[in-house]
Amino acid sequence: MRFAEKVATVTPAAPARRVRSLSDRTIAWLFIAPTIVLLLAINVFPLIWTVRLSFTNYRANRMNVPLRDVGLQHYNDILTSPDVWAAMQVTARFVIATILIQTVLGFALAWLVDKKFRGHGLWTTVILLPMMLSPAVVGNFWTFLYQPQIGLFNYVVSFFTGIPPSSFQMLGDLTLSPWAIVLVDTWMWTPYVMLICLAGLRSIPDYIYEAAEVDRASKWRQFWTITLPMAAPFIMLAVLFRAIENFKMFDMVNLLTGGGPGSTTEVASITLKREAFEKWRTGYSSAFAIILFVTVFGLANIYVKALNRLKQR
Amino acid sequence: MKTLTIAAGALATSLVCGAGAAHAQGKTITLCWAAWDPANALVELSKDFTAKAGVNMKFEFVPWPNFADRMLNELNSKGKLCDLIIGDSQWIGGSAENKHYVKLNDFFAKEGIKMDDFLPATVYAYSTWPKGSPNYYALPAMGDALGWTYRKDWFSRPELQAEFKQKYNRDLAPPKTWTELKQVAEFFQNRQIDGKTVYGAAIFTERGSEGITMGATAALYAWGLQYDDPKKPYAMAGFTNSKDAVEALEFYKSLYKCCTPPGYTNAYMQEGLDAFKSGQVAMQMNWFAFFPGLSKDEKVGGDKIGFFVNPAQKVEASTLGGQGISVVSYSPNQAEALAYIKWFAQPDVQKKWWSLGGYAVHKAVVEDPNFTKSAPFAADFLKAMGGVKDFWQEPAYAQLLLDMQKRVHDYVVADKGTAKEALDLLVKDWQKTFTEEGKI
Repeated sequence: MRFAEKVATVTPAAPARRVRSLSDRTIAWLFIAPTIVLLLAINVFPLIWTVRLSFTNYRANRMNVPLRDVGLQHYNDILTSPDVWAAMQVTARFVIATILIQTVLGFALAWLVDKKFRGHGLWTTVILLPMMLSPAVVGNFWTFLYQPQIGLFNYVVSFFTGIPPSSFQMLGDLTLSPWAIVLVDTWMWTPYVMLICLAGLRSIPDYIYEAAEVDRASKWRQFWTITLPMAAPFIMLAVLFRAIENFKMFDMVNLLTGGGPGSTTEVASITLKREAFEKWRTGYSSAFAIILFVTVFGLANIYVKALNRLKQR
Repeated sequence: MKTLTIAAGALATSLVCGAGAAHAQGKTITLCWAAWDPANALVELSKDFTAKAGVNMKFEFVPWPNFADRMLNELNSKGKLCDLIIGDSQWIGGSAENKHYVKLNDFFAKEGIKMDDFLPATVYAYSTWPKGSPNYYALPAMGDALGWTYRKDWFSRPELQAEFKQKYNRDLAPPKTWTELKQVAEFFQNRQIDGKTVYGAAIFTERGSEGITMGATAALYAWGLQYDDPKKPYAMAGFTNSKDAVEALEFYKSLYKCCTPPGYTNAYMQEGLDAFKSGQVAMQMNWFAFFPGLSKDEKVGGDKIGFFVNPAQKVEASTLGGQGISVVSYSPNQAEALAYIKWFAQPDVQKKWWSLGGYAVHKAVVEDPNFTKSAPFAADFLKAMGGVKDFWQEPAYAQLLLDMQKRVHDYVVADKGTAKEALDLLVKDWQKTFTEEGKI
């Protein structure tokens, strides 16, 4: 008798028989049940609860006030509030500006890194460093860098332009403050876009370029007819991830400007936080959160469909 | 309801009796407050309580920018972290109505603690809810108001004195009105002193918590601001946005534009202290609570610093700061916490509190003939406390405050609209809030 057969004969059969009595479907359910329970408890239940609260006057700091249904009043208030629309516009401008810049820079960096020059591994690691930092750390140290009297940023600008360092304020100026946030976000997240684009570039088989070389296609034509179309699904994926992230951007804006000066950089998530945890208008902020969720979810769905169509081509 | 009242009465009685016989050797209670200079003085003072009552003291001090968020979250979640809390005056309405604070009337009556022994303005602001009613939820703990510091050494320079006199036909001295204050600030703005560029004044412009509201109301109150019609509560149109209020807000903006250091778009207490201590500004708006520390500062304290009360314009008035000390309803150590309040209310303890750097408001301290000479800012403090005005203390104060932060910051710092538009919008915001609250 071989060793494996001996082991099989001495192994108790009872547990195996018990498992065998369950159908594959039951076993599959048993395996995924903990995850489903966790998802229901952490994601689905709070979502349903938020929807419920959005139709009430509930305030988390006034438990003793009787709960009253207010119907669609919060939704009506939000959709007709000029302040909310102003915050949505700020958010849209921020998302568009960051995505445009990060996509162009990220793709350019990926294209350069893909060239496999001497020391490209080291440079790739260096470029990736900012995205590995915590947004809280990034927000704090950029606040110091932007400080008009002692900050390094103003001195660097002054060195190249001759403008006195304390004559402009990146975080306090109405025109410059949105760009100050865009700059920090670009510094931090362009490497992420680069990484996804790099994966796209490396997925293009070499033989396509070789065939193009045989057909005497110029580098410029190769780029427009091979590189860009084949990397496009990856670029679109990077755009989707960054758009979702920046639509709900909070930490960086909160640390850098807190939404100021005035309401110049008050993105939707800052307004939401103020309503929910400073004014304690829980019902109203639940409605606002639902509107933001539906907006992101809807836009992301449309985008994903477009992405799929592009992949099929 | 009747049963609830009886139960509450029984609970209060048992607490009072418990406090009277606080056999609490070895117990520890936690006092929550903001992290600032007076808190350190309170730690020192409380050692006497531990020595006397045998109750150990733990302290939870939170930096000012997070103080309200942290503590109100604690109260709203019925947390047991704090046995005692020194909470902001504006919290009293919400904390009383939501039953976060223990009502202290029976306790005060039993222990012979009289509210008449404290400055009336502080009792009104820190202890009562509804406002002015004899329902007490706190003992006045730390009087405070918004005041000003100035560089006495710069003001006394003969060449600056001469130049100022020539320009304004009066002495370079602490300003008595806001108009004078702006002239002094303009005089110092971008001036070279000891080879360094200095600026006129550090004022409050902070957006996130309460900064710009506290700063702007210093001007608004001096122009005689009434939030609502005294004869018709919550009728704010024509009061909050009156002609004088518009003028005051325009003035505050002009002061911000002409005379603050570069990058001063989001500055509150700490930024003001930094600007003054680093010799950047000639004058600084800040709370009296910081003045003992500034007075002893190695670089700018002693003979170099002077103090003045918030300048008048149409009336004499100062923005109220300060806090009362309350017992948290959810504390399992209420007897010991009440014993602390009983001990803290004693005149001798209050005198020591003042000597350590805390702003006692017990009449035994402030009506002492030597009080005004006891510190260089004592007389101004007393004068300020005689004319303090506070922000709304309603349960919805946070919402009211954030609305004002937004409207005022939008106008003053972000150049959005006019002062009239900002105050009109503010009245609309507040009307909406009070409608939601069922007050109008």
